[in-house]
Amino acid sequence: MSDEANKGLLSPLRRKLLMGMAAVPAITMLPRASFAQAPATSAVNTTGLAVTDTEVTVGILHSATGTMAISETGSIEAEKLAIEQINAMGGVLGRKIKFIQEDGASDWPTFAEKAKKLLVNDKVAAIMGCWTSASRKAVLPVMEQYNGMLYYPTFYEGLEQSKNVIYTGQEATQQILAGLNWIAKEKGAKSFFFIGSDYIWPRTSNKIARKHVENVLKGKVVGEEYYALGSTQFNSVINKIKLTKPDVIFTDVVGGSNVAFYKQLKAAGIDLAKQALLTISVTEDEIDGIGGENIAGAYACMKYFQSLDNPNNKTFVPAFKKMWGEKTVIGDVTQAAYLGPWLWKLTVEKAGSFDVDKIAAASPGVEFKGAPEGYVRIHENHHLWSKTRVGRAKLDGQFELIYETADLVEPDPFPKGYQ
Amino acid sequence: MFGDYSLGDLGSIFVMQGFAGLILFSVYVLMALGLAIIFGQMGVINMAHGEFMILGAYVTWMTSNLFQAYLPGLFSGYFFLAMILAFVASGALGMLVEWALIRHLYKRPLDTLLATWGLSLMLQQAYRSVFGAREVGVELPQWMLGSLHVTDSIEVPINGVFVMCLTVLITISVAYVMYKSRWGRQVRAVVQNRIMAGAVGINTEKVDRYTFGLGCGIAGIAGSAFTMIGSTGPTSGQLYIVDTFLVVVFGGAASLLGTIASAFSISQTQSTLEFFMSGSMAKVLTLLAVVGILMLRPQGLFALKVRK
Repeated sequence: MSDEANKGLLSPLRRKLLMGMAAVPAITMLPRASFAQAPATSAVNTTGLAVTDTEVTVGILHSATGTMAISETGSIEAEKLAIEQINAMGGVLGRKIKFIQEDGASDWPTFAEKAKKLLVNDKVAAIMGCWTSASRKAVLPVMEQYNGMLYYPTFYEGLEQSKNVIYTGQEATQQILAGLNWIAKEKGAKSFFFIGSDYIWPRTSNKIARKHVENVLKGKVVGEEYYALGSTQFNSVINKIKLTKPDVIFTDVVGGSNVAFYKQLKAAGIDLAKQALLTISVTEDEIDGIGGENIAGAYACMKYFQSLDNPNNKTFVPAFKKMWGEKTVIGDVTQAAYLGPWLWKLTVEKAGSFDVDKIAAASPGVEFKGAPEGYVRIHENHHLWSKTRVGRAKLDGQFELIYETADLVEPDPFPKGYQ
Repeated sequence: MFGDYSLGDLGSIFVMQGFAGLILFSVYVLMALGLAIIFGQMGVINMAHGEFMILGAYVTWMTSNLFQAYLPGLFSGYFFLAMILAFVASGALGMLVEWALIRHLYKRPLDTLLATWGLSLMLQQAYRSVFGAREVGVELPQWMLGSLHVTDSIEVPINGVFVMCLTVLITISVAYVMYKSRWGRQVRAVVQNRIMAGAVGINTEKVDRYTFGLGCGIAGIAGSAFTMIGSTGPTSGQLYIVDTFLVVVFGGAASLLGTIASAFSISQTQSTLEFFMSGSMAKVLTLLAVVGILMLRPQGLFALKVRK
């Protein structure tokens, strides 16, 4: 309490000093980042977050080392790009965003520890972070206990909702159902073979997919197989696929296994030009490792492809490549990670405050018209309304957009009839 | 389960499944051979084995890029050169590691476990810093892709056949080196009695260094070959390490024949079970069987009598 009181006394004084110092360069060099217009810190920050008159601190919490670095690198890059762009436009409520990056090291307890450090020691206003569901589940109690705000980028299995999390990726029904509908209609598909890595996301996704295939599409699931994370031998299951001759192979294999699976599929003579394959786990990032020639012809179902043809994406892709190199590719999750800082900025401006409670309350209805995927809006349940798209993998590792839903798909993290 | 399928279908599937088992067998032998030499002959628990494999994979990736850039005409043959380079690179790194780290720990076998595990983490981070955190795609020459079309329903993956041939070749070479050459005799002499071997004039330090280098070099070749069937990333080596140790320990640490027999039984069990049940269930049952047999025969399938 005494801390708060002291700050109240000190901060107007300090602000005046800073304003005096900052005024000269601010007026001559950065006409738009005028500090005179910025609302007083004491008004926008009542809970003691790391907000000064000129800066606000956020955290970036991903794995830069360990197994998950393969996937999370893209998210880190996207978040840094978004922060840089927001700062170039004058920041948030007249304050530049400063970020503190912590490494979750692909280890879930480390994620929780680092999240606590960011919230308790650094008093960050928001955290952009986590990738796997396991890391999010580890961080969630910390976010709720210390009342933080997490922007989580990955498409995931759903069955979760929290005041302290904004889910910028799709939950399972959003991602899967439209894709299954499309392939059933377009290819007349009746029989499906499911193959996934053995952990919660593929299992939940396949459960939802099975219910949809059996109850809604009136089709048949002729096989459902799981392989331990990191498996590299798929010849037996490929033989089973050959024996059961499904109309569609539906896959959610992840990580290094992905590479092995597609290489062996191709080597076994399964031609993806003839055999329909729908994946929900392969983005442009994964194709880098798999090799375009091994996966060309496969369909992927998600909300973003690097090749999307819209004005937002046409400025986003070159900006990303300029910052991170010409060869970098941008997958679905990378784009969703890019949304995080932007949605946070828009929400802060809507709430007129950095306070977490006010942001959580102001989030529903916040819309981001500059999203590379087109347009997104935050739902009451803190997930995003977004379109679902089907793309077809090409030899050069990019996807060609085949289909997109006419409207935004409503997020439904607790789908009735699918549990 | 098979009621709905014609006899022809079933016949060809059993043939294909046989091949799948043989390919898995070759993969296991290839990844375990290097470790069998290091663990079996020297008693060093090399947790960084997977990282030596991935070094081979990265060397292959670099060779393929070099050929594409400077010698596109010879691209179809680059893989053979890549394997030789992989052997040299991993072998050289292995000898360096033996000199700098392992030789100080021969009397403390359990500490080698920790030291090499640390080494594996260091190597992973080194790969990440040098090659980037993302996986790299190794482009293969056209003739190594696809499958041999035997009948309408029987197709044999070419890369599988390639791995099988490579495995046979390397196994024969290793067997020759270990059991027929003068150097192999020295290695076995050192294993059986280090002091006596030294007393009769064998340079035991040198033998140790080359043995470790050979084991790592073979790991490099395996890594190079696995770019055809698996992923190449900083942590891909971790995918192989458990299976590798499983094969070596089950086979009986000091025996080449044991390694082969164990790779054969594990791969056949695994691949047959995988066909009848889900992949992770098959793995569980295979591991259970291995644990059960090791309880009855702690020394592994084939055990050499060594003076303790």
